[in-house]
Amino acid sequence: MTGYILQRLALFLPTLILASFLAFAVMRILPGDPAIAMLGGAEGSFTQEDLDLVREQLGTNRALHVQYGTWIGDLFTGDLGDSFFLRVPVAELMSDRFPVSTQLAVMALLLSYVVAIPLGVLSAVKQDSMFDHAAKIFTIAGVALPTFWVGILMLFILGFYFNWVPPLDYANLWENPLTNMTQMIFPAIALGYFNTAFAARLTRSTMLEVMHEDYIRTARSKGLKELAVIGRHAIKNAFLPVITIVGFQLGRLFGGAVVIEAIFVVPGMGTLLVQSVLIRDYPVVQAIILLIALVVLVLNLVVDLLYGWLNPRIRYA
Amino acid sequence: MIRGLPQETADARAAIRLPVYSRILSGMIDFSRRKPLGAIGGAILVILVMIAVLSPLISPHDPYEIRGEAILASPNSDQWLGGDSLGRDVLSRLFYGGRISLYVGLVSIAIGITAGSFLGAISAYFGGKVDLIVQRFVDAFIAFPGIILGLAIMAVLGSSVNNIIFALVLVLAPSAIRTIRSQALAVKEMDYVLAARALGAGDLRIVIRHIIPNCMAIFIILFTLNLGYAIIVEATLTFLGVGVPPDVPSWGGMLAEGGIAYLRDAPWLAIAPGIALSLAVFGVNLLGDALRDVLDPRLRGT
Repeated sequence: MTGYILQRLALFLPTLILASFLAFAVMRILPGDPAIAMLGGAEGSFTQEDLDLVREQLGTNRALHVQYGTWIGDLFTGDLGDSFFLRVPVAELMSDRFPVSTQLAVMALLLSYVVAIPLGVLSAVKQDSMFDHAAKIFTIAGVALPTFWVGILMLFILGFYFNWVPPLDYANLWENPLTNMTQMIFPAIALGYFNTAFAARLTRSTMLEVMHEDYIRTARSKGLKELAVIGRHAIKNAFLPVITIVGFQLGRLFGGAVVIEAIFVVPGMGTLLVQSVLIRDYPVVQAIILLIALVVLVLNLVVDLLYGWLNPRIRYA
Repeated sequence: MIRGLPQETADARAAIRLPVYSRILSGMIDFSRRKPLGAIGGAILVILVMIAVLSPLISPHDPYEIRGEAILASPNSDQWLGGDSLGRDVLSRLFYGGRISLYVGLVSIAIGITAGSFLGAISAYFGGKVDLIVQRFVDAFIAFPGIILGLAIMAVLGSSVNNIIFALVLVLAPSAIRTIRSQALAVKEMDYVLAARALGAGDLRIVIRHIIPNCMAIFIILFTLNLGYAIIVEATLTFLGVGVPPDVPSWGGMLAEGGIAYLRDAPWLAIAPGIALSLAVFGVNLLGDALRDVLDPRLRGT
């Protein structure tokens, strides 16, 4: 177990450094000069002095390794850079928005587990029943429908039949939890649908696999009630792959949150990212994508460690 | 020479002598018998590809033509799916939009999965430092969710069809590298690889002629299963305003133009491209799942 933990931890830091390098490379090394893009992109719409000034302010007139070094150095002091257009520190812009996106992703994840696991277990136990077929339609649709279209459809149905429109002002979770929850529940459902379907399919297939194992037959033949067989022997063993694979879906959730936030006008990181991309506010984009990569890497590490702890073959190794 | 040939062997021999196209046809019939859902998925895909290819011939109107009298027109006998906010024919734009979605999806998958598979095979074959470096890069790439990496790349490159293909290649290749690598690790221990090396084959020849062909099943599975994802990421990026340029008809773009603003007055503007998009992804997924079950049952449930 110690060896396993150490190995995971040792991989974490180099990966994080590489990820920061990639975030930098995407923004600075790919063809396309941020300064020109910020000035409007068209030739002749700006003078060389303008260009030099913008490059100076962005710091892109320096050598690449100097730029990267400065950026990383500043990161360690908590300075994520300044927004080029809003002229405020990126950290300030993100401090209100990061908790909102995290709440959305966590709500979506919890919802998907709460629905998917009973759904998957029941479909496996009652294989080929009407319930199983209905669940199959629900999950096949969930995997095929693009998240943003699910969001649009929800807006349509809620607006058309219930006169619900996304609030202009989202309540703060801590000040007004009830209002906040009722506002966030729809975006969370839209975001979580894909994951619900994915997790339900996975739960069903691992449950089916486990139900054919010898120890399940043993449990049955020693006279255990079916409920005990499923509850105590099957679910426990079917759970491992579900937890790990769905855990890795968290990254996808953060990606999906971007577009769901844009549709439901949730004031989270996603809306900030999309706005910044559209006005080409490079420092903000660079900081956000690195932060999201950091979150994904930390979550993956947690999932890895959890896996080691849950899997006796690793725990006692 | 061989007397008393058993009937099955004779049948098999007859099958081998059949021309290529009829062998493919009998393979397809066999596949549809074993995996009817997969065949339905394949049929959906074929129909969508045909609509996309034939769109200039079958579109009832010019998808770019702006007509004042058809602004937000409800579906009617002339415009089966109504008109959009500029009076352009939704059905024609839907047909042309399929071209973009399928073209971008197929090309980016073809490049991304091929390049990823090649790198994955090399990473596994050489092992050691090469493997270590490639795999750390893959780790770092995978830390960025596809849509977010795509957004960042498109922010720098600007929206165009070629740029979105490039962005998708970078999004798709890392997972292909990882998956092919794990298969190639097993393949490179096979006796025929050892035999090839003993015969004096070079590294490149072994990778291209022996390792990659033996990862073909996984390659085909990756190709189909990721196609749906590629189509969704392209549509999402276009919907957010950074993918395919707005003047080109595309499903994501149609959803962005008419999707939310006219939900109450003209819901077909959001429903039509959404259904087309979902149908394409649904078809690809059905086909991919069936191919996976047939070609590599061990991957079931992933």
